[in-house]
Amino acid sequence: MVNTSVKFCGINFKNPIVAASGTFGFGREYSKIYDLGILGGIASKGLTLHKKEGNEGIRIWETPMGIMNSIGLENPGVRSFIEDELDFMKSLNTNIIINIGGSTEEEYLEAVEYFNELEIDMIELNISCPNVKEGCMAFGLTDSGAGDIVSKVRKVTKHPLVVKLSPNAEDIIRVAQACEYAGADGLSLINTIRALAIDIKKRKPVFQNLYAGLSGPAIKPIALRMVHEVCNNVNIPVMGIGGISNYRDVVEFMMAGAQLVQVGTANLVELDAGRTIIEDLKEYMQVEGLKSLEEIRGII
Amino acid sequence: MALILKNEKIGQHIYWIEIEGKFEGNPGQFYMIKAGEYPLLRRPISIFSIDENSISFIYQVVGEGTELISKMIPGQTLDIKGPYGNGFPEVTGKIALVGGGVGIPPLYETSKKLREKEEVSLVDMYLGFSGDMFLKELWEKSCDNFIYNIGGFITDYIDVGKYDVILTCGPDIMMEKLTKACIDKGIKIYVSKESRMGCGIGACLACTCKTKAGNKKVCHDGPVFSGEEVYYGEYKC
Repeated sequence: MVNTSVKFCGINFKNPIVAASGTFGFGREYSKIYDLGILGGIASKGLTLHKKEGNEGIRIWETPMGIMNSIGLENPGVRSFIEDELDFMKSLNTNIIINIGGSTEEEYLEAVEYFNELEIDMIELNISCPNVKEGCMAFGLTDSGAGDIVSKVRKVTKHPLVVKLSPNAEDIIRVAQACEYAGADGLSLINTIRALAIDIKKRKPVFQNLYAGLSGPAIKPIALRMVHEVCNNVNIPVMGIGGISNYRDVVEFMMAGAQLVQVGTANLVELDAGRTIIEDLKEYMQVEGLKSLEEIRGII
Repeated sequence: MALILKNEKIGQHIYWIEIEGKFEGNPGQFYMIKAGEYPLLRRPISIFSIDENSISFIYQVVGEGTELISKMIPGQTLDIKGPYGNGFPEVTGKIALVGGGVGIPPLYETSKKLREKEEVSLVDMYLGFSGDMFLKELWEKSCDNFIYNIGGFITDYIDVGKYDVILTCGPDIMMEKLTKACIDKGIKIYVSKESRMGCGIGACLACTCKTKAGNKKVCHDGPVFSGEEVYYGEYKC
């Protein structure tokens, strides 16, 4: 038996595969497809202090080997989540990462505080959602904006704090360093890339918000480069995200320096993508004679 | 993967694909289909007909995904998963099926199942074709009265007061008009919504539809909703 476990911010993960926020709900629907207890963890759908209805109009659009989305953080709000969904998530026997977004500083702080007395494994601070008009990604575009919100959240939350970074930032290395300096325990990157689709028949943008977030295999090489750059410039652990669809992608992200990875779009393509990737990763480790994933991490 | 038995063009941009295998599903439910690695997502297509050893879909080529499906030939295999969604509810009495455009095909399986039931005394079909008409003889045979229109508004031809229940699938504007008529006369109506989908199981929220009972997921809570529950027009999916 190979040992796929990874320590991240002091927390033990069974394996490096985490379901990415926004593609997995709160696990309820996927729990009917396979036993989610085999996953390293699940990042919740992005939660905000107050319930959000999400965006009007088209919300999903395909591009060559990619998907654009503009869901707009539709979610039940933190209180309803805690009341109706958290116990279910905890019953799944995997690490629970709570993804928190917000349009103002106060919203972030209040939302994060709700979880202080609750048993969760980690907070993932979403300062990178490109699909809401106010806040969120605006905090993550500059090092000063990111540093400011992270230091404030750091003071409020009792949980390990991971910050989810935007590839749309002016300089993702500087934003990553600012988050580290402000007290982040770890980083996750990348969120979707801001992109545009145009309906030539209607002569209008496809999405009501004009821009939407691009994900999927199309963005993987960019994500991999950014993860590599960030891992080489910070001393906190990193979760790699961006178009990861199979075990080979996972290995690439680990070689680039990531401790964990998140699988997002692939869940929509194959509902049991997480299970397949974990099985294939174990086989890869056996074939390569790896006792631990640490042997290949950051070798590039 | 499942074997394609036929994939024929039956109208402008309209194809009939038959796939081998024992498939399940209720009228109004859909399957997710794709031809290859690209595009990434499967296309949600409603059941046209389930037979003993095959399932059929009638689909319109609207983008690259459906275009790739249309180029497949018998003997090749296709990626198919399902059934998904709720489908039309059990109904009784005098039923009108009202379809428009690509909303027409699921009404065939619906009619077939309804006519097997003793509690259903009448099944009339009102179909509005957008371009050329397809499968005219088949529709005539599959209902008690067949009323159709090409390029106009099929809603102009129906007196909803003659029926106990209306089941409809088609453009929002058609279903909205019918719903208004049904509310006026106190007739029950169920509408089947179309939407771009991601996961198909209700997790990704790509196909959220605004209803009077809050946000619903077309793939999981629908695609069939009670007509008066759905917001049309500016609030549509």
